[in-house]
This record gives sequence, C-alpha cells and structure tokens, in this order.
Amino acid sequence: MGSEDVKLFNFHASPFGQRVIWALKLKGVDYECIEEDIFNKSNLLLELNPVHKKVPVLVHCNKPIAESLVILEYIDETWKQYPLMPQNPYQRAHARFWANFAEHKLLVAARIARLSSEEEQEKAVNEAREAMEKIEEEIKGKKFFGGDKIGYLDIVIGWISYWIPVWEEVGSMKILDPLKFPAINAWITNFLSHPTINDTLPQRDKMVVYYHSRRKEVSPS
Amino acid sequence: MTKSEVKLLGAWPSPFVMRARIALNIKSVSYEFLEETFQPKSPLLLDSNPVYKKVPVLINQDKPICESLIIVQYVDDVWSSGPSILPSEPYDRAIARFWATYLDDKWYPTLRSVRGAKGEDDRKKLITEVGEGLTLLEDALNKTSRGKDFFGGDQIGYLDIAFGCFLGWLRVTESLTGVKLLDQVKTPCLVKWAERFCAHGAVKDVMPQTEKLVEFAKMLMAKMAASTPN
Repeated sequence: MGSEDVKLFNFHASPFGQRVIWALKLKGVDYECIEEDIFNKSNLLLELNPVHKKVPVLVHCNKPIAESLVILEYIDETWKQYPLMPQNPYQRAHARFWANFAEHKLLVAARIARLSSEEEQEKAVNEAREAMEKIEEEIKGKKFFGGDKIGYLDIVIGWISYWIPVWEEVGSMKILDPLKFPAINAWITNFLSHPTINDTLPQRDKMVVYYHSRRKEVSPS
Repeated sequence: MTKSEVKLLGAWPSPFVMRARIALNIKSVSYEFLEETFQPKSPLLLDSNPVYKKVPVLINQDKPICESLIIVQYVDDVWSSGPSILPSEPYDRAIARFWATYLDDKWYPTLRSVRGAKGEDDRKKLITEVGEGLTLLEDALNKTSRGKDFFGGDQIGYLDIAFGCFLGWLRVTESLTGVKLLDQVKTPCLVKWAERFCAHGAVKDVMPQTEKLVEFAKMLMAKMAASTPN
C-alpha cells in the first residue's frame, strides 16, 4: 500500500498525534504527514473532524478517523505486523483500563497544571502525582507496559517521557520526580532509547515556545 | 461455565451497569448480579475496583474487569461464538468507538449537568447542547445503520449499547425539565430506534422504568440540596 493511501493531519507539538506517528512507524506503514496550524485550522481539517475540529485525524483510503486512542486500535486492526494490543482478552481489557486512566486522570491534571498558577496549579500537580503513583505500580518489574516490547499502553502513556519535562519547564513545576518514580523513570529511559520512538520526536524548543504561548493566553501574568 | 464463575457488581439505576448486562444478555451468558449497597461501599467493590471504586465491575473466574465500555469489549472478545457486538470491519469499529467516546466524554456529562443547572439561562444552554449532540447522533445512525434497525445494522451492537443505556436518564431529564429532547421532528430516526432498542430481548428486562428513575433522581437531588451549605 503506497503512502498516498495514508495521511495524518497533525500538529508538531501534539502528544495525541505523536501516538499515531509511533504506531505507524513501529508497523512500518508509510504515510503523508500534513502539518496543521492550530491557530488557523484548515477547512479540510474541519470537514474531516467536524465534531471536535482537532488533530490528529488519520485518513486511510479517503476515510477519516479521529480520536487518538480510536486511531491506535484502528491501526492495530488494519496492519497486523508488530501487534500493539495484547492477544489475551483480559490483558487487552487491562491495557485499555490503564490507557483510559492515564488519559482522564493524569493527562487532564497535568494539562491544568501547565496552564494554571498558585493554588489551582498546586491542586492539579497533586492530582497528577497521585495518578503517577498508580502508574508507577503498574510498570514496576517490567521493561515496558507491553512486556518485552513496546505495546499499546507504552504508546498511549509515552507522551509523559517527553511532554512532561516540557510542561514542567513551562509551568515552573515538578510532577515526575525521579526519586519518587524510579520505575517510571527507568521505563522512560528504555522507551526513549528505542530508535523509532526517538527519531520521530518533535523539536523541543519549538514545543516550549508553543506551550509558553498557550500558558500566556490563560494566565497572562 | 457455571453461573457463579461470572459475576456482575452493579446498581439498577446505572446506565453503565446496563451496558454490561446487555452485552452479557446478547451472548446468553449466565451470571450472578450483585446489587451494590454503596453506603458503605462493599468490600467486594473496594477490592475489585480499588482505582475508581465504581460499578460496574465484571468478575470472570475471579478476575475483575472495570469500566463499562471495556467490559463490553471484553465480553465480545471472550464469548466470541455468540453474536458479535463490535462491527467486523476496522473502519466501522473505529466509528462505533468514536461515538461511544463522544457519548461518555461530552454528551452524557452535558445531559447530567442539565439537572444541576444553576438558573434558567444555564439550563437552556445545556439543553441546546444536548439537542445538538442528538442531531449528530441522528446523522451517525443514518450513516452506520445503512437502512437497518440499529447502529449495528440488523442486530444491536456496540454503539447501540453505548448510547441506548442513556435513554432512561434522557427521559428523566425530559420529565424534570418539561422539554422534549428526543424529538419526532428533529430526530425521527432516533425516536424509532429508541423504541426498538428498549423492546429488544437483551434490553427490556434491564432497562429501569422511567418513573422509578425519576423518583431516584428526585431523592438524589434532595440529598444534594440537604448536604450543600447555603
């Protein structure tokens, strides 16, 4: 299947889009990446994702799919090489549970923390740390969440390896203390050492500029 | 599989619990239903769902599975010889999952907040949002059903379950606000679909009566009002 069959509408700093990139790259699927200007979204994007008007959107054979976790499962079901989801139904349920947890408890809190200040930020940082504690328990004793190989849950949670340090810098805060989260930090080292994961990371300085601008919009001080 | 091997910990008013029950019914799985007591939360609940301490929890051969949509997919995976719940094609599965996510992350939270709305303006705004969501779902039904009775086609599927479970609470909101949300004019296909869904063999015994839900909602609202300082 040629690269003209698969298009990804993305924004360079999006942790959600990054998941899709990692999944496609691990499976060796060719794709065309179309960079969207988040501040000036294209009409095409708005047509492809009219409900949320967001990136990422995967377009495969002219059919659009939105929502990164939905896209990941679609990719795994469509391209069978390098399976991402566990084979066993119980382990699949387990992976989906923690993906859901990380999304609703960790990501949401970390996002609020990077946008807010003082009391609101302190509350969000604490919530993020609490969520991180549960994830720390999950990864203990494992190289990757997927076992010996990177899998679905590694890709879903992978954003913390690269986005959390940027968000910490932008928000002048600390969520991922290496002393408190040794297992997660060991996993981060393993995860970022994987060439496919590392080679596709966006430029850090551009990300910092973007996230600073988002923070200024909300907390102009 | 003997009855006691599959247990479902739940609560009769919960739409999320209903999802699990419908899935098990579709697959004709015998299971033991355990009505959670809540005050206080049972040791079984705290043990089997320590992260959220919420129902539903499916317990299969002593292994707990939490989160309703995850349970539905698990049931579909394990009892694979029964009728399929998720569509067979990856793209159709993605569409079903997309709308189920929309329902849980956007639409249902908006519906719930109608009951707690502060002031008429706020309530009207939220009701409009619920209505806009229903218009999107009407369109989704037309696209995914391909002229058949359900989102899943001839048989109820993942998206029917994900959405249909909210019909009881949708009717409660209509009753409490006096506003018709599922409207013959705006969402005619959804109105027909709702009737078919509620009459379905896998659904009718687990869909609570609207009157009972209204009483339950009023009791909850009274409790909230009593515990909120003025």
